[in-house]
Amino acid sequence: MADPTHSDPKLISREKRKTVGDITVDNPRMTCRNVNVYYGEKQAIRNVSLDIARNEVIAMIGPSGCGKSTFIRCLNRMNDTIESCRVEGEIIIDDVNIYGRDIDVVPLRAQVGMVFQKPNPFPKSIYENVAYGPKIHGLSQSRAELDEIVETSLKKAGLWEEVKDQLEHPGTGLSGGQQQRLCIARTIAVSPEVILMDEPCSALDPIATARIEDLIDELREQYSIVIVTHSMQQASRVSQRTAYFHLGDLIEVGKTTDIFTRPKHQLTEDYITGRFG
Amino acid sequence: MSPYSLMILLLCLSSAAYYLGKKKAFAVSADVGGARQLHSRPTYYGALAARWCGIPALILFAGWLGLEDHIITGMVVSELPETLQNLPADRINLLVNDIQNMVTGNIVSREVDDVMRAAADHYRHLQNISSAALAVLVLAVGIGGMLWVRSRIVPSLRARNHVERIIRYLLIFCSTIAIFTTIGIVLSVLYEAIRFFHAVPVTEFLFGLKWSPQMAIRADQVGSSGAFGAIPVFAGTAMISAIAMLVAVPIGLMSAIYMSEYADRRFRDAAKPLMEILAGIPTVVYGFFAALIVAPFIRDAGTTIGLDVSSESALAAGLVMGIMIIPFVSSLSDDIINAVPQALRDGAYGLGATQSETIKQVVLPAALPGIVGGVLLAISRAIGETMIVVMAAGLAANLTANPLATMTTVTVQIVTLLVGDQEFDSPKTLAAFALGLVLFIVTLLLNVIALHVVRKYREQYE
Repeated sequence: MADPTHSDPKLISREKRKTVGDITVDNPRMTCRNVNVYYGEKQAIRNVSLDIARNEVIAMIGPSGCGKSTFIRCLNRMNDTIESCRVEGEIIIDDVNIYGRDIDVVPLRAQVGMVFQKPNPFPKSIYENVAYGPKIHGLSQSRAELDEIVETSLKKAGLWEEVKDQLEHPGTGLSGGQQQRLCIARTIAVSPEVILMDEPCSALDPIATARIEDLIDELREQYSIVIVTHSMQQASRVSQRTAYFHLGDLIEVGKTTDIFTRPKHQLTEDYITGRFG
Repeated sequence: MSPYSLMILLLCLSSAAYYLGKKKAFAVSADVGGARQLHSRPTYYGALAARWCGIPALILFAGWLGLEDHIITGMVVSELPETLQNLPADRINLLVNDIQNMVTGNIVSREVDDVMRAAADHYRHLQNISSAALAVLVLAVGIGGMLWVRSRIVPSLRARNHVERIIRYLLIFCSTIAIFTTIGIVLSVLYEAIRFFHAVPVTEFLFGLKWSPQMAIRADQVGSSGAFGAIPVFAGTAMISAIAMLVAVPIGLMSAIYMSEYADRRFRDAAKPLMEILAGIPTVVYGFFAALIVAPFIRDAGTTIGLDVSSESALAAGLVMGIMIIPFVSSLSDDIINAVPQALRDGAYGLGATQSETIKQVVLPAALPGIVGGVLLAISRAIGETMIVVMAAGLAANLTANPLATMTTVTVQIVTLLVGDQEFDSPKTLAAFALGLVLFIVTLLLNVIALHVVRKYREQYE
């Protein structure tokens, strides 16, 4: 087999890049098996298999371009919006392969919500931002019910006290941290079961980051959360399990405490000790 | 020396000044340790010398050419015999015209006598002196400027700052040309319009219901009283523009939505340039397309279903104008829809919105202010459009709501009022300026509003 990585001494051969650690959990919320992702000719994810447990926060770490964002965007098929992107393998939620032939992405994305790197509130009022999801999915029968959903979601996102008197103000007028919490509230409002967070704090200051981390910890009681982060401190603070990605391979999965104290794979150790990344 | 050869000489002189300045800069820098010790790069010293050589000389040149005629004429007139000098001003003007015609060899309107011949000779003589003096002066100023700068080149001379300041003035000058031209056009239109409003009251012009811009030459002529109520003309413009927008806005907007949200790249790459070809067709071509194909087609179609359609209908002109404006609306909207951040779409998709929900409820509302701005620009384009309506809309100023009837527009009336030999003291001709003024004000307002809206939209995502 001609493997280009052999010729490059800096890279480690295929054999040594098999996933280390236990990828499975009991009673998983989502199950990914042999996921390969291609952007045109280029392969971004190789043979990744991973379970996502219920009521856990699992952190995806790894150097830039390692495929962690690509991987979580597979979990609710957000990659569909990229024309050249192709996904192979199985991702199963509730016994259904989401890349199966008859799958409608609309209910899937309501079930697996997503929070993005940059806060992206709609240019609408705060109320409308949160109410948008419930409206399109018909989750409320009356205005009162909708008000209720908006209030609960904003409370869960820890934003209610700050915005309850200005629900009609535009969501874009809030501060960065508030905007990100608004986006989380917006995601919660459609009552998803899994929340994907793609570097949710990278555009925020430390105080706003701390608030979001507290929030993630609270949300774990009801949701499974998959978070991509560049900050290893953040991963160790918020997550129970951690997955380390390297150049499209899932290198190591395990309990967060184990990964950060006793990494089994050389690449993981190099990364968390700051030798590269 | 003719002005042209003088100009070329001046250019050569400036180039020479550039090299001399640069050389001098190298020379003075050699004493203090090389070109690195100069305040500016050597080319800036050359550029400074070239500018000081060229610009003052050019200003002198332009000023001289501007005043030359006036001064020479004055001198010739003062040399004329007493009897001629005491003539009234307009007679003297005629005389001067004749003298100038004699000098240039054109046809002269009267008997050529000795006085005139002498005056013409005198004129020619003065012209020769003037052009010689001009050449000497311009070259002297050019060389003087060059030598002056050259003598001042020392390593500490801040040549770059000087050159950049001169260039900045040049930029300011260029940017004000457009502004002053606009002001000039507005003032000239305004002046004639005011003359028109002396003859016809503003209220009658703006609110009158009958447009029939005839003026009697003799008092007993038929149709001696003109009617200058512009409402039917404005109504025609409004009707045809409205028809055009009814065609252009839905088609343009929907094609923009398809292009930016649904079409794959290959289709977009092929279709966009094709749509832009539509924008490149000259309006006169659209005009005869409207007059020869669309209008007869509409008339025939109307006849078959029992409608009375005139062969020049507002509908035909409006339809074709709408087609002309489609690429305008679609490419503006396309840009604006593309400017809506992908993050917003992702946000909506991430909540489980379908593509059409995302477009209708997130992308379009976000793009709406910009689209409105684009549509307003398109409207002002439609209002000002002339050629299509001249050829397809007709001349009769009917005040009607029937799009199948002949209607006329402001632009068509301006064209018909001003084409051919016209006297500029009758309200008939001056009415064109009043119409132009109103048209200008309307499109200006629309543009200001549109640009304001567009700018406000741009700030939203900064």
